[in-house]
Amino acid sequence: MAFIPHTEEDIAQMLAEIGVDDIEDLFSEIPAGLKAAALEGVPAAVPEMAITRTMRQLAARDGSPLSFLGGGAYEHHIPAAVWEVTTRGEFYSAYTPYQAEASQGTLQLIYEFQSMITALTALDVSNASLYDGASALAEASLMAIRANRKSKSATVLVPRSVNPRYLRVAESIAGNQGVTFAPIDFDPETGTTPLSALASWADKDVTALVVPQPNFFGRYEDVDGLTDWAHAHGALAIGLVNPTSLALLKPPGEWGGQGADIACGEGQPLGVPLSSGGPYLGFMACKKAFVRQMPGRIVGRTVDLDGKSGFTLTLQAREQHIRRSKATSNICTNQGLVMTAATIYMSLLGASGLARVAAASCSNTSALVDALSALDGVESVFSGAGFHEAVLRLDRPVQPVLDALAQRDILGGIDLGPEFPELGHCMLICATETKTDEDIRHYARALADILQQAQVA
Amino acid sequence: MSDAKLIFEYSREGRSAHAQAPLTLAEADVPVHLRRQTPPALPAVSELQAVRHYTRVSQKNFSIDTHFYPLGSCTMKYNPRACNTLAMLPEFLSRHPLGPSSHGQGFMQILWELQEMLKDVTGMRGVSLTPMAGAQGEFAGVAMIKAYHHARGDHERDEILVPEAAHGTNPATAVMCGCKVKELPTLADGDVDLDALRAAVGPRTAGIMLTNPSTLGVFERHIVEVSEIVHDAGGLLYYDGANLNAILGKARPGDMGFDVIHMNLHKTFSTPHGGGGPGSGAVGVGERLLPYLPVPIVGRDDDGFHWLTESERPDSIGPLSAFMGNAGVLLRAYVYMRMLGRDGMRRVGEFATLNANYLARRLERAGFTLAVPERRASHEFIVTLKSEARELGVTAMDFAKRLLDYGYHAPTTYFPLLIPECLLIEPTETEAKEDLDGFVAALTAIREEASTDPDLVKGAPYSTPVRRLDDVRAARHLDLAWGPQAEQ
Repeated sequence: MAFIPHTEEDIAQMLAEIGVDDIEDLFSEIPAGLKAAALEGVPAAVPEMAITRTMRQLAARDGSPLSFLGGGAYEHHIPAAVWEVTTRGEFYSAYTPYQAEASQGTLQLIYEFQSMITALTALDVSNASLYDGASALAEASLMAIRANRKSKSATVLVPRSVNPRYLRVAESIAGNQGVTFAPIDFDPETGTTPLSALASWADKDVTALVVPQPNFFGRYEDVDGLTDWAHAHGALAIGLVNPTSLALLKPPGEWGGQGADIACGEGQPLGVPLSSGGPYLGFMACKKAFVRQMPGRIVGRTVDLDGKSGFTLTLQAREQHIRRSKATSNICTNQGLVMTAATIYMSLLGASGLARVAAASCSNTSALVDALSALDGVESVFSGAGFHEAVLRLDRPVQPVLDALAQRDILGGIDLGPEFPELGHCMLICATETKTDEDIRHYARALADILQQAQVA
Repeated sequence: MSDAKLIFEYSREGRSAHAQAPLTLAEADVPVHLRRQTPPALPAVSELQAVRHYTRVSQKNFSIDTHFYPLGSCTMKYNPRACNTLAMLPEFLSRHPLGPSSHGQGFMQILWELQEMLKDVTGMRGVSLTPMAGAQGEFAGVAMIKAYHHARGDHERDEILVPEAAHGTNPATAVMCGCKVKELPTLADGDVDLDALRAAVGPRTAGIMLTNPSTLGVFERHIVEVSEIVHDAGGLLYYDGANLNAILGKARPGDMGFDVIHMNLHKTFSTPHGGGGPGSGAVGVGERLLPYLPVPIVGRDDDGFHWLTESERPDSIGPLSAFMGNAGVLLRAYVYMRMLGRDGMRRVGEFATLNANYLARRLERAGFTLAVPERRASHEFIVTLKSEARELGVTAMDFAKRLLDYGYHAPTTYFPLLIPECLLIEPTETEAKEDLDGFVAALTAIREEASTDPDLVKGAPYSTPVRRLDDVRAARHLDLAWGPQAEQ
């Protein structure tokens, strides 16, 4: 009777109270032809002890390889306290704080999260999270279309230096509403978006320009120039940012003359485990003028009947449970628990800790680039400074090399061939603060060995 | 100093949780014009200060682990601890989403088995686990319906029928998919008005979105007729899985004629609600919509498990997340389903229904008015406090707030919108009889208070960290973020 507390006596008393003989009688309104047969596709129940053993075996099969993968999900150290506190039952098993008086914990936490996201981005307001970075970009694009009333074209310019997965998700989500996502080329020398690439759009109706920082290749974009271009051409600027990097980099609210209008991104680096891709959290912040176009929950601070400070969901007239078909988005449940972890992570790291994580990650990546590009047949592709990712070119197809590395329990990078064939045999690598000098040497030795063996063969 | 002390108010310059950052400050090569000039105003606190603060903050919540939480339509049942512990095994947590299949066979096997189990409990032909919440599952469902019509050259079908009692996400989703919403009336006994449905369908009908049992807490008895009417008109049927807990193991949406369903794994399969997510809105489809399922999906062949993406499934509506949805939530749902097994699945529906009908009957006997008394309750039911509001001047919201003082989370209030002064009550199968009895006693006591001292009830709650909040002030004087400026 997994998790069902009823005794035989309880059942008998309850059925008597209802006035039926059998639980089956409670389903009398379901037409007989629709009654389900036994569920053959679900195995018989197993106790906790047995499923624990099964799960441990399955987990062990996936192993613990040494990973240099990034591409939108980053391995950072997560302080033990983050998930110890996050998985307290009071956070874990509560729901959306509709009853504010009984949900002050979650509401205060969201308010603190919003405060930290606005601090990181230097924008005025933040929401309580979206699903992930990719869907946050989709929502930011739709929001920009609502907010930019002067633009009629629903055209969002997306540099090709944006994570291509994000673009595909944005197309899946926003494409049904007549949004056009137009690609902007990058400079093959620098891996960044030159203003000249926007020239053909100068006379057209552009609704918004996405400005990634750092971009998918780990390069720094000319955020001031791109933001100013957007504003000079009647478009809104949407910053797509890595939150760790904001400890070091100029925040979106300060880009160009007027600052980006909206910033969004993937919150996973803030204390959220890689966990095969989720649950993560999207974040979004914007200028105050656009707050009523923002999707998702927003918490405000107010006072109670006794004048005591407290927190409540606010501006709910934007949301589906009030506005229904006229809502800013259909989003209801977001990523509350993951947002809780991110908030605790940011509290434990603080600005100085986050800056150390960011700097150590940059430094390790640059050491990794140096170590690998010293090998014959490996070269660094883009000139200029970058954050904690970089692109390397091999003298041969990338995937077989990555497969050989994986056999040695090293996940060496992401093959860029399928998405960026014009770059040749390229891969994206990443070394966060979690990697030691020995890890980097280990990878370099293995790669040297594999490249050499393949040549001999 | 207010009681709601913020983490920022513990900050002191130079303080930090030293163990949590790299020891040395490395040089980062950032061009001067791209550098941040002032550090972000994040808290500067010790580890103990952060742990104590957030532990105290957590204690200001009602939760399933601390309180009976009969929030209608939300299925607030016990979240078994093993589901969390086993989803957080180190190898699962550290697995990178772009890691090779060679280092993901365990994880992918779990997803594949979960797909198979969910197909069976819903009676569907294919399942995609990637939608990250119910609303995203709804989006996937309507987007697939649209893709199906478009693939047939049927470009005129842009109307989605939605009962007026539906969840707000239904019409909002239809609009996000570029469709128009047409609302359908509901009969007093809770069933869809078939005549109105016949009049509403036509060559522009893309589909209908239904919850069954409906948001009125009763099973749609004419579901087979509804299915015939909509299908005959060329539309498809969408099942909103919000209330799947009611019929788990007893009846399957696929057998009722639905073409697509989303499941809220955070309701029916007991993954945590987490203070508002992460949820998971896996979708299941019948034959017609198989090609359009969102990617990725886990496939299996002789070499093991592998991802099916756009290249293998070119007609897919595409990806809805950067990687694999809320993967960690899926692991929790898997553990839950394995621990319950096929018989446990059936008992979920049975005992959720037993608890709801027992609670409804007890409240009715205690003098409360049920919204649809002539019908059998499903896993939830509605009490209307219309007469209490009229005679005593005490509203459903007042009852809800006073319940907090009695140690019960309030039921869902004022939903569905068409029942005045209503409480939508869903006890779930994991509550014991004595807890249900305690809830009846509390509501009865509150009604007694309402007749002797209505102001007591109208002023509730008194025992929570704050009393009723000034929502108007919150919306007029927006205070959405702490900042050093705001404190001055």
